[in-house]
Amino acid sequence: MAEAFVYDHIRTPRGKGKASGSLHEVKPVDLVVGLLDEIKVRNPGLDPERIDDLVLGVVSPIGDQGGDIAKTAALKAGYPHTVAGVQLNRFCASGLEAVNQGASRVRGGFEDLILAGGVESMSRVPIGSDGGAWAMDPATALLTDFVPQGIGADLIATLEGFSREDVDAYAAESQARAAKAQANGYFDNAVVPVKDLNGVVVLERDEFIRPGTTVESLAGLKPSFADLGQGAGFDDVALEKYHWLEKINHVHHAGNSSGIVDGAAIVVLGNEQVGQDLGLTPRAKVLATAVSGAEPTIMLTGPAPAARKALARAGLEVGDIDLFEINEAFAAVAMRFMRDMGISHDITNVNGGAIAMGHPLGATGAMILGTLIDELERRGLRRGLATLCVGGGMGIATIVELV
Amino acid sequence: MTETQSAVRYDKDADGIVTLTLDDPHQSANTMNQLYIASMREAVEKLYDDAEGTVGVVIASAKKTFFAGGDLKMMIQARPEDAPRIFEEVEQVKASLRRLETFPKPVVAAINGAALGGGLEIALAANHRIAVDGRYEIGLPEATLGLLPGGGGVTRTVRMFGIQTAIMDFLLQGTRFKVAQAKEKGLVDEVVATYDELIPAAKAWVLAHADDEAAAKQPWDRPGYKIPGGTPSNPKLAAFLPAFPALLRKQLKGADYPAQKAILSAAVEGSQVDFDTASRIESRYMTKLVTGQNSKNMIQAFFFDLQAINSGSLRPQGIEPWKPTRAGVLGAGMMGAGIAYVLARAGVAVVLKDVALENAEKGRSYTAALNEKGVSRGKITSELADEILGRITPTADAADLAGCDLVIEAVFENPNLKHQVFGEILPHVSPDALLCSNTSTLPITDLAKGVDRPQDFIGLHFFSPVDKMPLVEIITGKETTDETLARAYDVVQLIRKTPIVVNDSRGFYTSRVIGTVINEGLEMLKEGVAPYSIERAATQAGYPVGPLQIADELNLETIKKIMLETRKGHGLEQPLAAETVVDRMIELGRPSKLKGAGFYEYVDGRRQAIWSGLAEEYPVAEEQIPFVDVKERQLFIEALETAKCFEEGVITSAAAANIGSIMGIGFPPNTGGAAQFMTGYESATGEIGLAAFVARADELAEKYGDRFRPTDRLREMAANGESFPA
Repeated sequence: MAEAFVYDHIRTPRGKGKASGSLHEVKPVDLVVGLLDEIKVRNPGLDPERIDDLVLGVVSPIGDQGGDIAKTAALKAGYPHTVAGVQLNRFCASGLEAVNQGASRVRGGFEDLILAGGVESMSRVPIGSDGGAWAMDPATALLTDFVPQGIGADLIATLEGFSREDVDAYAAESQARAAKAQANGYFDNAVVPVKDLNGVVVLERDEFIRPGTTVESLAGLKPSFADLGQGAGFDDVALEKYHWLEKINHVHHAGNSSGIVDGAAIVVLGNEQVGQDLGLTPRAKVLATAVSGAEPTIMLTGPAPAARKALARAGLEVGDIDLFEINEAFAAVAMRFMRDMGISHDITNVNGGAIAMGHPLGATGAMILGTLIDELERRGLRRGLATLCVGGGMGIATIVELV
Repeated sequence: MTETQSAVRYDKDADGIVTLTLDDPHQSANTMNQLYIASMREAVEKLYDDAEGTVGVVIASAKKTFFAGGDLKMMIQARPEDAPRIFEEVEQVKASLRRLETFPKPVVAAINGAALGGGLEIALAANHRIAVDGRYEIGLPEATLGLLPGGGGVTRTVRMFGIQTAIMDFLLQGTRFKVAQAKEKGLVDEVVATYDELIPAAKAWVLAHADDEAAAKQPWDRPGYKIPGGTPSNPKLAAFLPAFPALLRKQLKGADYPAQKAILSAAVEGSQVDFDTASRIESRYMTKLVTGQNSKNMIQAFFFDLQAINSGSLRPQGIEPWKPTRAGVLGAGMMGAGIAYVLARAGVAVVLKDVALENAEKGRSYTAALNEKGVSRGKITSELADEILGRITPTADAADLAGCDLVIEAVFENPNLKHQVFGEILPHVSPDALLCSNTSTLPITDLAKGVDRPQDFIGLHFFSPVDKMPLVEIITGKETTDETLARAYDVVQLIRKTPIVVNDSRGFYTSRVIGTVINEGLEMLKEGVAPYSIERAATQAGYPVGPLQIADELNLETIKKIMLETRKGHGLEQPLAAETVVDRMIELGRPSKLKGAGFYEYVDGRRQAIWSGLAEEYPVAEEQIPFVDVKERQLFIEALETAKCFEEGVITSAAAANIGSIMGIGFPPNTGGAAQFMTGYESATGEIGLAAFVARADELAEKYGDRFRPTDRLREMAANGESFPA
């Protein structure tokens, strides 16, 4: 069987996902086009004619992000007409799903070279704006016990006994790690500045990080999901299932949940032959991928079952993994994952995560996989596992090994 | 079909106005039966065939009511396999109304009396609705019977008022409106003062709009129409649409009410498509509800049983109706004060007696307070309030009861005290006065020994607060005559309560049955079931509150007394698990809500979280029993006790058991009551009936003890396909 190698990975900086954010003026298609241009610049040997497909995760594929943005971006970037494009959606896992599908297609032998990643301009296409039956169709929501994810995150904290101080401490640490990593230039190789049509830089580095964040500075923030839980009835829905609990402890807020940002990422995946043909140096290979699922109302406990499934598929144990990246959708999600897997924060999200840097929904999975590979290289380690919690109770995981 | 067999008469007057008169020749009220369906179709066809010279249409009724609605006798028979036929019939009803609605001349409904459910749906298909003022109701109460307004009611109210207003104001609660309210809400457009003005007003409106093409079109059939408040594609609505199902579940406390869920679904789904498609979606949900078990349970209880009881099914026949003229109420505490209020409100002069005049006056002031609330909310006029209050005479003197032909005693639950107060007043009241004792548990036959004419003595078990609770349990003692029972029944109906009749026995029916579920809740607590799971299982099963909360509110010291007496009655030496829990809580100084400490914590009388120390006393077990068992242990223990009450002759009517359990002790309304729960039980695998109930009871007996074992008689009934007497 062919191996699927990662030959390169790049991403845009993450801009604040609101009108005052630096990337709000940049159309999502152009976030992708900028990266497609850079792929050619960084890899002069990479003949675009050899690219089979561009696979992009987008969570709200409507409006600016609708109509198969992958093919549109490939065309706008001047890639050959033979380069296809497909947009996919596995909610927050979309970016990693794109990588996993690309890797599987390469490994399965039907294709040789695939660009995979994702894009989300949350400032332009707000989360949830694509509707969908789960949240919007009463008959479906009633039958499947739909609640917004934040309720699930607070439910995790309640069940695990994570206090407001616990989750805030986690968040402050994420900020400290991200600030340090950015200051030390750990992200520099991956981050490609976004430029305007004149080549003038619009945004050079992640702008969401708040260095100096402390538990004390977070203490004043109002819980984000208390009104939704108590006023709109979602706590009651969750407590129908989690009936032994007195109530849901609403601990998550804007400062300990993933930030709303704009951004895009692309990973170059190919088999050994295409690398040799084009003179590309493999950086890592994909050992295993998995998706799984857990109880959908709590929704965010899927990473552990997905990670275990990927480990089993790779024939590895938890101890064989040197570094973990778990998307910090909410502090409790990362904390619960570490507890579920029995792993230390020392080897998890060592350069911070989405609480500090933001979570551009469709792109994040590809971004954290890139961060993981860079850090394995920097530390001279071997294997890493990236995982995300996913809407609908799903989880996703990818295990990579440096070559 | 000949003209006389039609349920819809067709007449055209000299002005060219066609009147369609709803008049079922076989019934005193119009319903949506086969004859109506065929007649309406024919009438509407004729309308089109005879359109030449027609200027408009009036829909009127020849009955006392406008139109009674769906054919419930037919609906209660419908099985899931009948779905294709039911769907077809619902569609036929709607096809005629749609064709009537789109007739190119103005159509007006002349509402002369109750227009509920199907009746209002016919009127909603008109371009204009005129109602005569009167004491009747207009609305779409289908949800209260486990149904949805499937004759276009969902589709049209959504288009008239928008999704949110339609579901909140008209559909989910099945609200019934008085004529003025219906006008205010926009269900009717015009109200006339007298019946004689109704048809002329309808015809006048037709003539005034004879050439007005827009008036002949429903708003939703006019170009550019948009649903008020928008549809899910509108970002404003989309932002809070996801909360609708969650809020509904919160409101229902997690209980399963298929009709409310279907109404919400049909309303939202229907808003996203054209009228005819929306109407078809509505029909499909309607079919699902009609053929399902829940609507049968609710129709049985809230239509057939309630109607039977209200029309005197539990009252001895052949005895003249009776009305008290002057009532003596003994004891002016919470119960006595409430009883005095409901009697006075019903027009009866009341002498309210207590040991001290001050107490009696305090009891009277309860009515003053309720009146004040009523006046401030515009429910009654201050003149009426004064009149009601003026009917109550407080006293401490037994002689003031002279001339009373009704006595209701409501002193403390102590047989000697009750004997004593009757002894005091008997010399003064009319010699044939009806003698009633308000008690929740004391055997009536024993209490009757305190009076010299036990044949006139009867138990009236009121529920607290008397002004709010709709049920009165009438208990006949050994010597109580039919005449006495009939008079008591009339008194209960006079004060606008629903009576059930039971025979004398410890705890009668309601107290005895509710006792079992409190026991079961405490038993589960002792077994290690998580306390919140017990409480939530109760509300998810459809109870208004859980057993721990009930125990706190009833007061554990009272419960202990009842447990002791019950144990004595059964000759049991050892206390049951539940009683040990009661003992322990009393020992811990946590006996009740009243004392501010029970299973729950209380601050200023308001219930807070479950007491944090409870887990130490009754540790939550590592392994929890299935949640469905936590629910069904509560339902089954009450249902099985009900079956025993039938066997012992304590209760003799399924209607009484159903209505008594729902209205008196909070048995889940969605089950149709404690008897219907057994005969309409639907197992996890979909079997329905008493046999399925018996099989599940055996399962529970295997797992949790023999108290769940069905009696031989119940097995026999299940095997023979019998049900409880109606």
